Amino acid sequence: MTETRDPVDPFLPPAGAPVAPPVTAPSRTGPGPRRVRRERLGRLRSRSAPYALIAPFFLLFGAFGLFPLVATAWTSLFRVELTAPEAREWVGFHNYARLLHDEFFWNALFNTAAIGVLATVPQLLLALGVAHLLDVRLRARLAFRVVALAPYATSVAAATLVFALLFGRDQGMVNWALGLAGIAPVDWQNGPWASKVAVASIVIWRWTGYNALIYLAAMQTVPRELYEAAALDGASRWRQFLHVTLPGLRPALLFTVLVSTIGATQLFGEPMLFGSGAGASGGADHQYQTLGLYLYEQGWVNLHLGRAAAIAWAMLLILAVVFGAARLLRPVLRGRGV
Amino acid sequence: MWWRSGHGAAGGGTPVRGPATTLALVVALLMGAALSAGCATDPPEPSPVPARERVDGAGRPITLTVGVFGEFGYQEAGLYDAYMRLRPDVEIRQTSLTRNDVYYPQLLTHLTAGSGLADVQAVEGGNIAEVVDTQAGRLDDLRSAPGVDENAFLPWKWAQATTPDGRTLGLGTDIGPLALCYRKDHFAAAGLPTDREAVGRLWAGDWRKYEEAGRRFAERAPRGVAFTDSASGVFAAAVSGAPVRYYDAHGDLVVATNPYVRAAWDLAAGFARQGLTARLQQFTPDWDQAFARGSFATIACPAWMLGYIQDKAGPAARGRWDVTVSPRPGNWGGSFLVVPSAGRQRAEAARLAAWLTAPEQQARLFARRGAFPSASAAYRLPEVTDARHPYFGDAPTGPLFAAAARGVPPAPVGPKDGLVHQILSDTGMLQVDQTGRSPDSAWRAAMKAIDNALDR
Repeated sequence: MTETRDPVDPFLPPAGAPVAPPVTAPSRTGPGPRRVRRERLGRLRSRSAPYALIAPFFLLFGAFGLFPLVATAWTSLFRVELTAPEAREWVGFHNYARLLHDEFFWNALFNTAAIGVLATVPQLLLALGVAHLLDVRLRARLAFRVVALAPYATSVAAATLVFALLFGRDQGMVNWALGLAGIAPVDWQNGPWASKVAVASIVIWRWTGYNALIYLAAMQTVPRELYEAAALDGASRWRQFLHVTLPGLRPALLFTVLVSTIGATQLFGEPMLFGSGAGASGGADHQYQTLGLYLYEQGWVNLHLGRAAAIAWAMLLILAVVFGAARLLRPVLRGRGV
Repeated sequence: MWWRSGHGAAGGGTPVRGPATTLALVVALLMGAALSAGCATDPPEPSPVPARERVDGAGRPITLTVGVFGEFGYQEAGLYDAYMRLRPDVEIRQTSLTRNDVYYPQLLTHLTAGSGLADVQAVEGGNIAEVVDTQAGRLDDLRSAPGVDENAFLPWKWAQATTPDGRTLGLGTDIGPLALCYRKDHFAAAGLPTDREAVGRLWAGDWRKYEEAGRRFAERAPRGVAFTDSASGVFAAAVSGAPVRYYDAHGDLVVATNPYVRAAWDLAAGFARQGLTARLQQFTPDWDQAFARGSFATIACPAWMLGYIQDKAGPAARGRWDVTVSPRPGNWGGSFLVVPSAGRQRAEAARLAAWLTAPEQQARLFARRGAFPSASAAYRLPEVTDARHPYFGDAPTGPLFAAAARGVPPAPVGPKDGLVHQILSDTGMLQVDQTGRSPDSAWRAAMKAIDNALDR
């Protein structure tokens, strides 16, 4: 079709005159005004349609992703209380500066890192093992996969409450089992490390199956010929795993490490509910208060919205720093053939 | 209301809660069931009116919403139904959040936004000073609402919800006068008296005598039974009777220097150091299980805790528990009703709040649910004077708690009362009790946490 309208069309009445619908030979005559309008509309439509189609995402992202992010950044520059959000007092970067001297913040940061390591490392190693077991021919594989994923489908609250009971000091099953083995009961709530291990164990329990399935999917894409070749070369099972399976898993490993790190930074539900009575303080001595919990405590217990917002942004910055460092370190790791 | 809703099941940690807070829903239910079984005398009720007649003059029904936390018991005690029979044109709906630590921040958000509010909202006692302090412009003055009689209420309860310029923003629902619950079987085994008068005489007038009784008990205690449940419980009870607690009359925070608080702290720490406690944290699953196992012999119990004990200790311990006077009177917990100014039916809402907190209704709530009236005029009503608690050896709980309520010294409350108390109990005293941290070191940790929480 022509892109522009022919300026002089002898078969058409002059502009402004009543227009009769073109009834014959539309191919010979040029496009009528109505038709042009329709076409323009059509072009407009075809140009704007993609925007219209992706608009819902951007609208929702703007409302629930970008706006909160910006609003939080803005709020973090004020002294503002939940009791009177409209009465805000500009304090600049004071809320951030005070974090540097806030021992509760550093304690929460340390706890987050400690629980993160305690939870992520065993969880991913376990997941590798589980995936390997599921990868070899096994009876009732589907059943095992369902079992592996079941904890992931369990709600944090339900799982944590059960774990809190299991880790009870006086009546808990864990201490009962330890007692059978002749080990003195452990105060899982108050022990600075015992409590972190307990919280980490909930995370491990919930996420091992999920990661195992991701590894399993990646393992099944590794060509079997590679194993045969390795076997012909006399590689043991262990060396096959090390030199065939692991390199094949690299993208999956990176993905799970990334997701687990983000998850560890945001850890909230487990420590919140683990301290049945202590709530957002994360234990009597804040021994398992994570950054997420400290943020919540500042905002919704102490009602300091500005300080809570600053912690939220600090968490984002910490994640950025961690991933930036990981990027810088990657060539080094790659150089060592990992 | 006064109780810490949600207890272990929801994770406790009531960020903002009163001196007493978390109890499970069931608690209230059993509390009421027990009391109503023994002593309830229902007021005569008007005959029911069909629902279609619930309309106003113009033919439109008036729908009032009541927002509460935990289990307030109004619905369960049939108070809404009774009101709807009195006022056929009114329909009452209740919205409830289990936990005050979720309910209170949401209430603040709704108040500051002026939307999402119920016509009548509940406020926990630990939060009332902050609400009066910061939300006065968003709440209606209920002092002269129809049906409100200032003289019916305990003066200190009335004063807690009144602004310095004389606007009364909240009507008192219940209070938590203090008593002492004890196990007769454990006392007998340890060679202590079991009769409620004699037990009361053991420690009448002085918390140190209670400690002495504890030492006597410990000498001959049955295996695995501690004298009391927790040091935090002793602390809460002892501080609840102080004439000055965390704030002074000028509204200044004095927790760090107030000798009354420090005395209560030292007393409670002494219990922990001498091994007189079962080293529990209140309102956690471990605590609940300890009731069932009978792991401790006494517990300072406000009126609302009786139902909790009955629930957790269960039928197996029936006839073993009894209740007597506390060493010193005190008040632990209690709530208020407020009417937000953003409501569309403010006059009707105020009328309902006035009716729900009137002495007759409070007495009925006590009879059915165990919530002790903050309206002192109710103490003369038969539902209170004749109240006996069958689970606690038919103890005359009405007169017992009424006497305790009259002895409570009026103490100033401050905006962060609930938060300060929570930190002292759950951060400070809990460590002394459970980790053996020295009282001085734990005190300093608590003060640091308070300064951080209050942004000082």
